[in-house]
Amino acid sequence: MARAQSPRRRLIATLAAWGVALTIFFPVLWMVLTSFKTEASAVAMPPELLSADWTLENYAEVWQRSDYPRFFWNSVVISIGSTLLGLAIAIPAAWSMAFVPGKRTKDLLMWMLSTKMMPAVAVLIPLYLVFQRIGLFDTKLGLILALMLMNLPIIIWMLYTYFKEIPAEILEAARMDGASLWSEIVYVLTPMALPGIASTMLLNIILAWNEAFWTITLTTTKAAPLSAFIASFSAPQGLFYAKLSAASAMAILPILILGWFSQKQLVRGLTFGAVK
Amino acid sequence: MSTQSTRLAARLMVAPSVFVLFIWMIVPLAMTLYFSFRFYRLLTPERSGWVGFNHYLWFLNSPDFWLAIFNTLALVGGVLVITVILGVLIALLIDQPVKGQGMLRILVISPFFVMPPVAASIWENLFMHPQNGLFSAITRGFGMQPILFLEDYPLWSVIGIVSWEWLPFATLIFLTALQSLSSEQLEAAEMDGASPFNRFRYIILPHLTRAITVVILIQTIFLLGIFGEIFTTTQGGPGSASTTLPYMIFKQAIVAKDIGRAAAGGIIAVILANIVAYFLMRGIGRHLDN
Repeated sequence: MARAQSPRRRLIATLAAWGVALTIFFPVLWMVLTSFKTEASAVAMPPELLSADWTLENYAEVWQRSDYPRFFWNSVVISIGSTLLGLAIAIPAAWSMAFVPGKRTKDLLMWMLSTKMMPAVAVLIPLYLVFQRIGLFDTKLGLILALMLMNLPIIIWMLYTYFKEIPAEILEAARMDGASLWSEIVYVLTPMALPGIASTMLLNIILAWNEAFWTITLTTTKAAPLSAFIASFSAPQGLFYAKLSAASAMAILPILILGWFSQKQLVRGLTFGAVK
Repeated sequence: MSTQSTRLAARLMVAPSVFVLFIWMIVPLAMTLYFSFRFYRLLTPERSGWVGFNHYLWFLNSPDFWLAIFNTLALVGGVLVITVILGVLIALLIDQPVKGQGMLRILVISPFFVMPPVAASIWENLFMHPQNGLFSAITRGFGMQPILFLEDYPLWSVIGIVSWEWLPFATLIFLTALQSLSSEQLEAAEMDGASPFNRFRYIILPHLTRAITVVILIQTIFLLGIFGEIFTTTQGGPGSASTTLPYMIFKQAIVAKDIGRAAAGGIIAVILANIVAYFLMRGIGRHLDN
């Protein structure tokens, strides 16, 4: 709702908006700045906005640390793996609910969403015990399964709202032309659904990457991703602020960039199309 | 319209999702229910047996449990109030014709993409730390004692951190909703001499109702399970001052290794979540129909 305003009011609004936005962003900025400082400068009092001798040392040191690359790799495998597996199960389901809805489709969708409402702690104990029994505890496969199931309702819902917007007439036309179910999916539906699938994928990679309940409770060291690593990283008496900041910056950077690209889809995705 | 075989194929395509979600929900829930009536401690595996409702009674008689319920509700409620009110205000501000709106959106949404342990650890170490944190530098600059955020105000500190993470989400949704508001209506109201407050009260706020409902629903789903932030910062302490119900159950299960007791806590959490969900689903169900 852009409306004509006096230049002075516009200037004040601009300054205020930037002030607020920078305040919200400041903790991230401060962490990135700290990651380039020496450890001494990172805890200097009064604080130094910019370090006199800024350094890339922290990044090099964290990366060369015995296990950081492994945590990073685990995060990559788990977030992408659980998303792809989730999509493989969710795409057919969302497709059929969007295009061949039955009487119970709405109830089914609501039930799926309601599984999200179940507190994770309620299934923690069985999962913890079963995973230990069948050897999935502290494995990447185990986390892929857990995170896939955790996010499956969201994936189905997002895909459903995207698929709903594809006009059904096109599918009927293809059917009239004698297209089989398979070719209907591959040649007609998929190209039209790709944008929706892509943003569903992005959002779920973000959710899986940032997940911090199953990753902490179902791993110890072998399969632990970055979220579990950072959660147990302690900085006694501020000894490792710069390194902690560098490790954190590397942990959030890939997702921050993905997020900036997908922020337009984020709203309709996470609100299941209720807000566009 | 669609043939019999298409319908069958469609059912078959939904089946895997329904099946895995059903298993994911029912099997662990049944096991949790079973364990909740059993004596089952990982440290003394030789002892076992039925204990009836003892685990449940332990929770109901424990002051820590009621504190945890209070903390959970305070956390969810506090974060909802802060993010909705600030979110609307910030969205209104950014929705003005300001320079660099695209960049503003990117700055504002960023905290949402920061994983909870990193968000918690930034705030704990770089800001709230009593010796080296930025806040202590500020209070010292004014000649005051540093505030011991995580020791003296643990629950408020966690609410603050979580609000920082979710404020961007709320803001972005309100901003998106605001941008679909027609400017003619507002201009007409302005010409008719409606004050800014009345314009907000009678035009903007009704327009935002749906967005606010959605924000409350989605955030509640995620906020009820808040874990990483507490695990990283206060570990539920000092004492139980910032222990929520999920964290209390986690402590019983993973730290005390009392499976039976933790399972009873899990069932209580399910009951509470169902009560909350009942009201929420009615809310969103109404919105989805139209």
